[in-house]
Order: sequence, then C-alpha cells, then structure tokens
Amino acid sequence: MNYRRLMLIGVPYLWLLGLFLVPFIIVLKISLSDIALSIPPYAPTLDLSEGWAGLKDFFSKLDFDNFLFLKTDPLYWKAYVSSLQIAIFSTAITLLVGYPIAYGMARAPEEWRATLMMLVILPFWTSFLIRVYSWMGILGKEGFLNATLMWLGIVDEPLTILNTNTAVYIGIVYTYLPFMILPIYAALDKLDISLLEAAEDLGCTRTSAFWLVTLPLSRPGIVAGSFLVFIPVIGEFVIPSLLGGSNTLMIGKILFEEFSSNRDWPVASAVAVLLLLIVVVPIVLFQRSQERQAEAQK
Amino acid sequence: MRRFSWFNATSLTLGFAFLYLPMLILVIYSFNGGRNVAIWAGFSTKWYGELFRDQAFLDAAWVTLRVGLMSSTLATILGTMAAYVIVRGGRFKGRTVMSGMLYAPIVMPEVITGLSLLLLFIAIGLDRGLVTIVLAHTTFTMCFVSVVVSSRLVTFDQSLEEAALDLGCTPWDAFKSVTLPIIAPAVVSGWLLAFTLSLDDLVLASFVSGPSSTTLPIKIFSAVRLGVSPKINALSTMMIAIVAFGVITASLINKRSVTKRLKDEQEAAAS
Repeated sequence: MNYRRLMLIGVPYLWLLGLFLVPFIIVLKISLSDIALSIPPYAPTLDLSEGWAGLKDFFSKLDFDNFLFLKTDPLYWKAYVSSLQIAIFSTAITLLVGYPIAYGMARAPEEWRATLMMLVILPFWTSFLIRVYSWMGILGKEGFLNATLMWLGIVDEPLTILNTNTAVYIGIVYTYLPFMILPIYAALDKLDISLLEAAEDLGCTRTSAFWLVTLPLSRPGIVAGSFLVFIPVIGEFVIPSLLGGSNTLMIGKILFEEFSSNRDWPVASAVAVLLLLIVVVPIVLFQRSQERQAEAQK
Repeated sequence: MRRFSWFNATSLTLGFAFLYLPMLILVIYSFNGGRNVAIWAGFSTKWYGELFRDQAFLDAAWVTLRVGLMSSTLATILGTMAAYVIVRGGRFKGRTVMSGMLYAPIVMPEVITGLSLLLLFIAIGLDRGLVTIVLAHTTFTMCFVSVVVSSRLVTFDQSLEEAALDLGCTPWDAFKSVTLPIIAPAVVSGWLLAFTLSLDDLVLASFVSGPSSTTLPIKIFSAVRLGVSPKINALSTMMIAIVAFGVITASLINKRSVTKRLKDEQEAAAS
C-alpha cells in the first residue's frame, strides 16, 4: 500500500470515524450515565488518567436507569407509539395521493415527461422549512383555507386545523410526496404496455387489468417509496414543531425539547438510542428489499 | 398517448396544484401590504424593505452563505474521495465499516446526528460556532456527495482508466486527466446538493450552533414558531425565486449542450 492510497482511504475514513462513529459512542455512553448538576451535566465521566481503576469505576457506575425512566414515564412511550402511528398513517396517505400522480405521469405523452419529472424534483431544491411554513398561512384560524371556505359559505366558524395532528399529516404528505412519486413513476415507466394489451385481449376489463398487472408490477416502486417516506418521518422534528399542537407527540420533538429546555442529557441520549433502535428495523428491511430488487434485475 | 384519460389528467392537475399552490400563495401574500396574513390590503413591497433593514437577518444570511460554501466544498472533496475509494479502491480492511458510515447519516434521524455531534464538541471542548456548523454539515453532506459521485463512477468504462495507465500515466495523472473530467458533472451536482442541504439545514445547526452563529433557518424557525410573519414571507419568496432561477438556468444550459452535441454529431456524420 503506497502513501497516496493510504491518504485517499485514510482521510475520509478518519473524518467519518471521528465525526460520526465516535460521537455516536458518546451518546451511547451518556445514555447510561446519571444526570448531574455540573458541566457537562452528567456523571460519571470517563477519566482515563486514573488508568484501570478509572475505567472500572466508570463501568461500575453505568446503569440502565435512564431507559427504565423512559419506561415509567408514559410521555415517552406514548411519543414512540404516536410517532409510529403518524408515520404509518402518513405513509399510507402519501401512497394514496402519490400513486395516481405517478400513474398519470407515466401515461402522459412522452414529450411531457421530462418536464413533469422536473416539476416533481423542483420542490426538493426549495427549502424544506419554507415548504412546511407555507402551510401555516393556509391552515391557520385566519388563514387562506378558512377565509376561502367562509367566503364560499361552506363553514360559518373557522375550522381549527393548524396545531392539530391533521395539520401534521398534511405537512408530511406535502413535503414527502416527491419521495413517493419518483420510485413509483420509475417502476410504472418501465412497465411494458403490451402486457396490458395482452390482459385486455384475454378478457380483462381496464380496471381488472390494473389490479392484476399494473399494481403488482409497480410493487417495487411502492415498497421503495413507502420506506423513503416512513423512515425519515419517524424522527421528524420540524413538521410537528410548526404545524402540530401541544398534544402532538413525536419523538424527534421530545428529544429536542428534552435536550434544549430540560437539559437532561442522559435522558435525551437514551431517547436517541431508542429512536435509533426503532428506525433500524425499517432501514434494514428497506436495504434487504433493495438488494433483492437488484438481484432480480440481474 | 394510449390511456391518457380524463382520470390521468385530473390526477396530474390536482397533484401539481397540491405541490405548487402553497408556495404560490406564500409568494402572493409576501406582497400584501397589511400585517394580517389572510386579508389582502393592497400590493406593497414594504416587507422586503423591512427585511433588508433587519441586521439580524442579514447577519444570519451571511453566516449561512459562508457555512454553505465551506462545508459543501469540503464535503465534495471528502465525498469524492470516499466514493472513489469505495468503487475503485478494491478490498481493504474496514471497507464495509466505511460504506456503512457513508450510508448511515443519510437514513439516520437528524436529531440523533445533531445530538451526537454536539456531545462530541462538548466532550473535546470545541466552542460552538461557525466551525462546528461547518464540521457538522460537511459530515452530513459528504455522504450525499459520495452517493451521487459513486453512481457515476459505477457506470463509466474502467478500461479508459486502464488505457491511460498503460500509456504511462501515473495513477494521479490518470485520475486528473481521464477520471475527473468524466465524473465532473456528478461532482458538480454533488457540490450543488451539498450546498443546498447546508443552506436548508435546521436540525443539525440548532444543535451545534452558538449564540454568535445563527444561521438563516434557525432565524426563520424562531420567527415563525409563534405564527406567520410577513417578513418571512418576503424572505421565502426570495429564496424560492433564487432556486427557481437556478434550476431553470441549469436545465436550459443542459438542454443547449445536448442540442449542441447532437448538432456536432450530425455535422461530423455529414462530413
């Protein structure tokens, strides 16, 4: 191994090691420490200057108290359950909204498709924060939606949508929709139209051809899109903070508040570790399905 | 053209209306003269004026821009190196660990990445400020750069590199004069992606920024937490305009270069 190759591998490797893996181990460690009124506000801290005794002392003081605390305080497990619930429902809604759009794109005249693709991708380049914020002006009590509904005479009293879970769902569907549309479109675009013609020749109606041919063949897109929405939504912080109310419990928001307002670092770290454990399952499933997909294409 | 029915037309129209109407409403209301968000009080650009007189916003914009330029450049260098090592580096100890570390920050909830980086900076006694934000953004965005660059590296013909080596190039020369020009478009898109992600990031910056280094997203977030603000509408409109301008220009340039190449090829074929 020559010097240059060592540099090439070493520099990004050490960077990731130092700024990704090591910080993560620190979180693990603090999640097993006790809260203390000091700076930094946790104990024990690892003191290597005392050598072996310090290390032994350090490990003997570690415990799972913070995790037990999470179990006893209903706020946390409620937040976990509600994060999962919101993630599952919003993924389902995003799928129902996104599928027809992807389908329409795949059936659009050839010369439109590049433009339609660009129009789906364009919001990605626009600030996520601004896209979430734009709904605050629409959903508020004196917002655009209520003003329009009252003007049309559909409602007499303004609806309370902002700062409820409904607003959170709208925000999630809106911001994550492109993640759902793109993989489904990719799957539908590859679909051979002659298969549908064959199905119709063999006596299928258009609707049954859709259920029997199109939908099963677009499954990889549906699976990929659903994971791409589900995984980031579980840890979402911006949407519940801006659009949700005080009773919107999402674990990303709790973690941030635990850390910044309560300054309870050990508990915040324990919340982070549990959040990661919850997210790891869908991530591994997603990777597996992607690998299977790649195998099938070979 | 087959199967483009009224159903498809409706779902496309409704879908794109859903994607674009909220931003359109935001843009329109940024020119609203009144303070109340829902009541139209005549066309005015006064919120833009107020925005430009607000020193705190200008400072935050300057911090964000500097962080974006520094972190995206660093991330592009590191991410390209990492992609090259993963795709071309062959077997080496810890390759799996490295590709895992490159993949993880993309899928990990940002609150966890933010928290862990902050705890690291505190543990090593690094003061929170511009430097810590740059470090955090570089780590996060280099993974995206490496994804973009490695997808280009995977598809290109490795025999070109081998030919350069056979003809007497050193590996570095081969990289510089053969590989780099071919992957350059991917490197540029990687840089743009990293830059955009850095400008947009709220969560990481909230954890690792100090009082003297407020970025624009942090400023926006704290301003709109309690409700709609006309000044933020104006700021959002400007940000949307910049992005739209950038994307449209890029696609026009792209289209032009494709047409030019086609024309060149035709001329070459004709002569």
